[in-house]
Amino acid sequence: MPVENGIGAAVRRKEDQRFITGNGNYLDDMNKVGQAYGYFLRSPHAHAKINGINLDAAKAAPGVVDIFTGADMAADGIGGLICGWGITSKDGSPHNAPPHNSMAIDAVRHVGDQVAFVIADSLQQAKDAAELIDVDYAELPPVTDISRALSGGAPQIHEEAPGNVCYDWELGDKDAVDAAFASAAKVSKIDLVNNRLSPNPMEPRAALGEFDPGSEELTLYTTSQNPHVARLIMSAFLAIAPENKLRVVAPDVGGGFGSKIFVYAEETVTVWAARKINRPVKWTADRSEAFMTDAHGRDHVTHAELAMDDEGHILGFRVSTKANLGAYLSTFASAVPTYLYGTLLNGQYKIPSIYVEVLAGFTNTTPVDAYRGAGRPEATYVVERMMETAARDLNMDPTEFRMKNFIQPDAYPYETPVIMTYDSGDYPANMNAAKGLIDYAGFAARKAQSEANGKIRGIGCAAYIEACGIAPSAAVGSLGAGVGLWESAEVRFNPTGSVTVFTGSHSHGQGHETTFAQIIADKLGVPIESVEVVHGDTDKVPFGMGTYGSRSLAVGGSAIVKAVDKIVEKSKKIAAHLMEAAVEDIEHEHGVFSVAGTDKQMTMGEIAFAAYVPHNYPEDLEPGMAENAFYDPLNFTFPAGTHIAEVEIDPNTGVVDIVDWAASDDFGNIVNPMIVEGQVHGGVAQGIGQAMLEGVVYDDESGQLLTGSYMDYCMPRADDLPSFKIDTTGTVCPSNPLGVKGCGEAGAIAAPAALMNAITNALGKDIDMPATPEKVWRAANA
Amino acid sequence: MYSFDYERPSGVNDAAASLGEDDKVLAGGQTLLPTLKLRLAQAGKLVDLSGIDELKGISSNGSELSIGAMTRHVDVADSAEVRSAIPALADLASHIGDAQVRNRGTIGGSVANNDPAADYPSALVALGATVHTNKRSISAEDFFVDLFETALEEDEIITKISFPVPESAAYAKFPNPASRYALVGVFVAKTSGGVRVAVTGAGPCVFRQSDMEAALSSDFSSSAISGISTDASGLNSDIHASAEYRANLVSVMAGRAVDAAS
Ligand SMILES: Cc1cc2nc3c(=O)[nH]c(=O)nc-3n(C[C@H](O)[C@H](O)[C@H](O)COP(=O)(O)OP(=O)(O)OC[C@H]3O[C@@H](n4cnc5c(N)ncnc54)[C@H](O)[C@@H]3O)c2cc1C
Repeated sequence: MPVENGIGAAVRRKEDQRFITGNGNYLDDMNKVGQAYGYFLRSPHAHAKINGINLDAAKAAPGVVDIFTGADMAADGIGGLICGWGITSKDGSPHNAPPHNSMAIDAVRHVGDQVAFVIADSLQQAKDAAELIDVDYAELPPVTDISRALSGGAPQIHEEAPGNVCYDWELGDKDAVDAAFASAAKVSKIDLVNNRLSPNPMEPRAALGEFDPGSEELTLYTTSQNPHVARLIMSAFLAIAPENKLRVVAPDVGGGFGSKIFVYAEETVTVWAARKINRPVKWTADRSEAFMTDAHGRDHVTHAELAMDDEGHILGFRVSTKANLGAYLSTFASAVPTYLYGTLLNGQYKIPSIYVEVLAGFTNTTPVDAYRGAGRPEATYVVERMMETAARDLNMDPTEFRMKNFIQPDAYPYETPVIMTYDSGDYPANMNAAKGLIDYAGFAARKAQSEANGKIRGIGCAAYIEACGIAPSAAVGSLGAGVGLWESAEVRFNPTGSVTVFTGSHSHGQGHETTFAQIIADKLGVPIESVEVVHGDTDKVPFGMGTYGSRSLAVGGSAIVKAVDKIVEKSKKIAAHLMEAAVEDIEHEHGVFSVAGTDKQMTMGEIAFAAYVPHNYPEDLEPGMAENAFYDPLNFTFPAGTHIAEVEIDPNTGVVDIVDWAASDDFGNIVNPMIVEGQVHGGVAQGIGQAMLEGVVYDDESGQLLTGSYMDYCMPRADDLPSFKIDTTGTVCPSNPLGVKGCGEAGAIAAPAALMNAITNALGKDIDMPATPEKVWRAANA
Repeated sequence: MYSFDYERPSGVNDAAASLGEDDKVLAGGQTLLPTLKLRLAQAGKLVDLSGIDELKGISSNGSELSIGAMTRHVDVADSAEVRSAIPALADLASHIGDAQVRNRGTIGGSVANNDPAADYPSALVALGATVHTNKRSISAEDFFVDLFETALEEDEIITKISFPVPESAAYAKFPNPASRYALVGVFVAKTSGGVRVAVTGAGPCVFRQSDMEAALSSDFSSSAISGISTDASGLNSDIHASAEYRANLVSVMAGRAVDAAS
């Protein structure tokens, strides 16, 4: 019998009441007694040497508490920011990791680079004082375009990275691929640009540092997706404070999309400065700072080739990518264009051999790191634009071409040539479901109708795959990750039967307070109203690796299940004692413990009470009802599916109208279908944003950011989007106890390729993202 | 934002009298306040016009529609008088920015600002409107001088705009996908004095497309202008659109406006 609000119920999100009534607790809502305000003086230049910084006039300005520079931090023994994933180049050398100071010491390398931190009694005073700082810059020529940065003669950005190269990485069997191409009957080729994106969470980043001189404890309140990882890095590498003296709290966080995974300069400076001035200090980014300094996403240039036999079976796949990492290596930047990208280039297909090489480099731009999908949207874009092109070259229906090459449902576990083992799936089922939803068969008639109206209609699909639930610690460790990627949970019953769940996952909009409560309700029969989910505080939660890569349910949820299993085990012993039965005879279902073959039973609440008031209690058992678990996944999970977009183009203006959208996603088991649907909507919206609207633009000559506000950076709005037709035909994930795969990024991964395939299908020629009206108009009228 | 003084007078003359060299009048604040917040501008004093009743309101006498400078976009969009006299003007106002902007932004502020991508300037020029100030009356074509530049003097305050009621009119806007200002907007008006076609967004300042006006005067149909192109050489080029694309949009939007006005 299903439990009320249990697994599978479309429960309304518990947390939304607080959010939509303005009672969320976001960082900028917090204020501490005696708090000062911090403001960063930032570089107006993309590339310059700093000959000197004169702070005298600024320090004398009204209200100024103190002003710090990178030299002050270095003198205090504070280290630079780190990149936590080591990548090895083709020649066996480690990636080039130039210093990444929290504030510039002798040079600035992108517009917005931190130069000084001004602390004053008010923000206005801090800004006024910043204008009095005299920085002696010697401007250097900048480069923002990755191809130019990596070609000879470009300005050199770091001494430690000759030719601006970070690494030259490869994966796969080059010889096997060369042989496949040599024997191919047909070769298709494509050149692609994956545009640079600004993450744009609704809440800008912020940090509040506080020092307690009595306990010598430092507290950093910050907008983070993974506060424990932030603490670990700040302690171990920056020496801000020992881990036991540093508390990191990430309260309600208003969106992240990956951009709040990373440890940023502003956080480290703010918390360090709080101790220096012995006063709480708060910094909140304004939107202009967010555009300049939140780590960007994507920015790849790729050439890909596909070898096929004369019947259209794929023989081999060759991919060469240049990846722009920005001015400095952000926390996980190195992993995104390598192990989160190259390993997914197999897509949903039987591809005997794959070879990918990635040349990653530095430019005078904002650092680039994980952004919703992180590597997998880039991979899907290459694979699915390639499949579409191949089908067109073969004059074959693109869905038929895919069907012909799909890995079949009976082929799992399936090992790809790029080191992944897919665990379950039914790709033809998702393809067929999506085709049914959009009436694929009726497209020709609709196209004719559009043509009669002077419009051009197109249809395109993307059969994406991604790797979520990151990740088995041993596997990522062997590939260069500096951390393990398990998750922790504690399930704590209170004596009166309510439950507090402590999770190392971090919700910044995903709805964990509801989903995780549903798991407890389902497994232990506790009403979701009686379940409190606590996250985001290193003093409360045992440890946590945080939320990204659609890992919270598959990894964090599995840790909760593991803790629940321990609760059940202990409860059985208490129940056996109280009901005078053998432990083996105790049966458990949804929080009811019964003696097999009798009508004797006890509820979870009664047992929890007995555990805390152990007047009649098993001698050999500890009192209390709280269990901890750490869960390390066995494998990645592999959500997959097909999205199909249908568009109508006005050739007079180039305006693309997305007339229909169908998505069939295999997310494994689903805990809350309403939340899943919301995640798909949001993901697809972001993917459509990338394909048609968004794009960070730098002036390559001056290095200035041209898309520094919403006047110029185009975010998708509700009226840019169609109504989505969504289906979740799925296969159970065999590698975690919940059977779940993850859904947070799928939409952003599938949508760009699906939409660009539809647009290029209509146009009959390729264009790059974003497909702006002008680009489409030019292609339609060329 | 740098600090400033603030005044809220109740009469236009008081307002004008208190305007010093470094001071600015404040209408809906939709342009002025963001500029101040970003420290791109500084004002010694803000003279808030919102307390001046004579600057608000809409009236019509059948041949002329008059709109007070402090009338908000939402009030123009929703006004029964505007809808019956010049429906195209109400339609234009209803597509400015978003609801928040329309609830604060004013016609006087928009016209005084003369943003090259603003919507209203095209309506004023196409309809042959007159801008009335505390000092004089200025024809729309003389009023809009150049990029963000108008005929207004330092202490001059717009009091109202008067529009002769046309036979028919329509506005076609191609919004900039990011800002939703006009990438190109074309206002076409058929008036007793002839047809006027005014273009905003495309160039540094609103301008009349005289080739189209001539063609439409003899044949008011979109086919009459289908072959007329606009010289791209003086048009804006930026990351959103090239001059050539803008020139194309002038033709397309003009055709749509004529169809809507026919
Ligand atoms: C998000 C956003 C979207 C927008 N989209 C559009 C759009 O699609 N189309 C469009 O046309 N506009 C758009 N705008 C601009 C909007 O229409 C503003 O209302 C307008 O630019 C300024 O009007 P305001 O009343 O807010 O004036 P304010 O910002 O208060 O003032 C603007 C300038 O005019 C001066 N001024 C104001 N009133 C007078 C007066 N009576 N006499 C003399 N000088 C005066 C002020 O001193 C100031 O220099 C948008 C604005 C925003 C913020």
